[in-house]
Amino acid sequence: MLRVPKDAEHLLRLALLFAAGIALFLIVRAFLLPAGFGELGHFRTGAIAANQQKPLHFAGRAACDECHSEVVTKLAASKHLQIGCESCHGPAAAHVADPDATKPAKIDAVDLCSRCHAANPSRPRTQPQVDVAAHAEGEVCTECHEAHDPTP
Amino acid sequence: MYPNEMELQWSILIVLYPFITGLVAGAFILASLQRVFKVEAVKPTYRLALLTALAFMLVAPLPLQLHLGHPERSFEMFTTPHKTSAMAMFGFVYLWYLLAVLVIEIWLEFRPLIVHRAASEKGLLRLFYRALTLGSTNLSPRSLEIDDRVGRFITVVGIPSAFLLHGYVGFIFGSIKANPWWSTPLMPIVFLFSAIVSGIAAVLLIYIIYCKSQKIPIDIPCLDTMAKYLYYAFIVDFSLEMLDLIHRIYVADESFQSLDFMVKTRLWGSQVLLQIVLGTLVPLTLLGLTQVRKISIAVRQRMYVLAAALTMVGIFAMRWNVVIGGQLFSKSFLGYTTYKMSFATREGLLPALIVMVLPVFILWALVKLFPPMAEEGAAPGGAPHL
Amino acid sequence: MSLDRREFLAQGTFYLMLTGAASEAWSFIESGKPQEAPGYDVQEHWWAMFIDVEKCIGCGRCVDACKLENDVPDEAWFSRTWVERYTIPPPDMKNPKRDLLPIVDSPNGGRNGFPPLEHPVEGAKSFFVPKLCNHCAHSPCVQVCPVGATFESPDGVVLVDKTYCIGCRYCVQACPYGCRFIDPRTNTVDKCSLCYHRITKGLTTACCEVCPTTARLLGDLRNPADPIHELLRTHKVQVLKPNLATGAKAYYNGLDAAVR
Repeated sequence: MLRVPKDAEHLLRLALLFAAGIALFLIVRAFLLPAGFGELGHFRTGAIAANQQKPLHFAGRAACDECHSEVVTKLAASKHLQIGCESCHGPAAAHVADPDATKPAKIDAVDLCSRCHAANPSRPRTQPQVDVAAHAEGEVCTECHEAHDPTP
Repeated sequence: MYPNEMELQWSILIVLYPFITGLVAGAFILASLQRVFKVEAVKPTYRLALLTALAFMLVAPLPLQLHLGHPERSFEMFTTPHKTSAMAMFGFVYLWYLLAVLVIEIWLEFRPLIVHRAASEKGLLRLFYRALTLGSTNLSPRSLEIDDRVGRFITVVGIPSAFLLHGYVGFIFGSIKANPWWSTPLMPIVFLFSAIVSGIAAVLLIYIIYCKSQKIPIDIPCLDTMAKYLYYAFIVDFSLEMLDLIHRIYVADESFQSLDFMVKTRLWGSQVLLQIVLGTLVPLTLLGLTQVRKISIAVRQRMYVLAAALTMVGIFAMRWNVVIGGQLFSKSFLGYTTYKMSFATREGLLPALIVMVLPVFILWALVKLFPPMAEEGAAPGGAPHL
Repeated sequence: MSLDRREFLAQGTFYLMLTGAASEAWSFIESGKPQEAPGYDVQEHWWAMFIDVEKCIGCGRCVDACKLENDVPDEAWFSRTWVERYTIPPPDMKNPKRDLLPIVDSPNGGRNGFPPLEHPVEGAKSFFVPKLCNHCAHSPCVQVCPVGATFESPDGVVLVDKTYCIGCRYCVQACPYGCRFIDPRTNTVDKCSLCYHRITKGLTTACCEVCPTTARLLGDLRNPADPIHELLRTHKVQVLKPNLATGAKAYYNGLDAAVR
């Protein structure tokens, strides 16, 4: 066994103090280590599930089809086929969960249609655009155009 | 400007953090000049420099802790440190440096004093010193000789540790490739030399203040030597910073236009005027004059004080320009934001001032507990290096 | 009903492909227990996004949908996604060497669309660029997180563990794309999760769901049937700041060199 000279005894005491400190750190660390850490990478595995478990607000167009298939079918055959229902009608998960409790909000047609169709030089040229004020002369878009099957 | 860049993430507290760790590393390197490199002239400042390093070291994590969104979770840095993160490794570097280097070296240095006071003091102080003896009152010449050898070894280990400590702070910034203002391999070594500069300047000021307050005559050769090393370190530091600047201007990569505009507008005051002119060129000129001309002691001493004080301002400005400057421009290189410093918030000016004043009080307490100039506890014939 | 759906699926094009799985998960969502939706294996996906700059009309529906779906604070400086309008002046023919900086604006993150420029630039080139987290495969933000509170999920999504984040903001500094912010309500970092709660249930992201022009498309690179493979094959795509080698997975079609 290693013999410590008498005159270095205080250093041995210091070393023991450090060893005790490191041991304490390792013990405390073992207790503080969160469950499932490091299984799939340097993170808590539970964090994946936590990110999955958030409430939905947008239901997705398939859900609308459950009850409003005639509109969905009509839309799918129209020029607006790419547009998801909730793009205009807003998030509808609550409405899907309980159709009577909430209804999608009413649409301000001029504001909404202008979002995509007001003339803007930054838009791609293929996008149909109009000078809203000159084109509509104060009338609401839906008086002439049917949003679910628009024709120029 | 990306929308999320409008708010600055790292505030004045993060400016203090490299500033304070810089003082620690610099003060320690000054202390090691005597211990390892046998620069005997700076011996009067050896213990004071160590205590200064400890005082600032104890405060160094405070600004970090204060700025965290969840300070109560900071222990995670030690339970699940991410190997690839410079910041996670810093926690360990910090602990290593504080416990394995600074505390041991100070303990070995003051052991005779601790043992003596454990016998002579009364009440709580007696308990304090007795705890520090770790139950061993052995002060035999042989044990002190062993202490001296171990102490020197610790200092030898301590120098790369001090380099590591502050080089690491530089690396935390220098490794961010997203930010061209920070991303340079020179960053750790610029930080290191500016740390040495600020540490020497701080110890020089503290030494003069300490001597005046204790009515101890100032050791002029010691002061001259410190000023000399301050001058040399400052020249290296300034050259490195200018090298970085010249390189940026010459290479003029995609970020240059944006950064150039920032320096000429938003950072003009803090970078060009405060950091380069007032905080670097003026003190360098003052120090340079004392090197080449014969100047009376009284005037020289005043020049040292002025130069050291301006140096501290300059190094603080440098930290500011790195940390705050790095967030004023957009990573899209289009657009700039401004830093609006709050006052009495968790990350405002008030906590910053408190963090900055705190080490002074800690140092005052440390100096009371471990008087750096005391001869007490010296073994007959004097401890080997006291 | 089922006939209707088949017809719907037949008529709708590829961007509706997720609907089958979505309806499977739907019963769980309807019953208020989305977390119990049928199994999702993280090892079997590798998510990416295809963004077509030439299709973006700057309507801002994606920004709005993201805010609503993910409960993001309203202010623009808390943005998981946003749209930028680039306006690039024509070269100065008298002094062609002069560097002309593009004008970039994003009023309210583009959430309310884009009114015409206050000072239009004659002869300028202009377009919209949607931005979001690039879900980098070698992401700088994950690299710097000191505690493992942000991570690359095995399915290629960069996620945040909000109960573990210490709020040091190193990741915010490290993201070259400005995609991260501190949520003032939790004091932890927040960012685009690629609607992880949706895509793991067979739905697409909120931004893709509402995009009227399919300028944004979610894709699964581990799914051989995913149309993103065809899109990547038939388009010359680019990622943002390729020089930083972040392994960005937001693939842009028609990206101008001026965009950063």
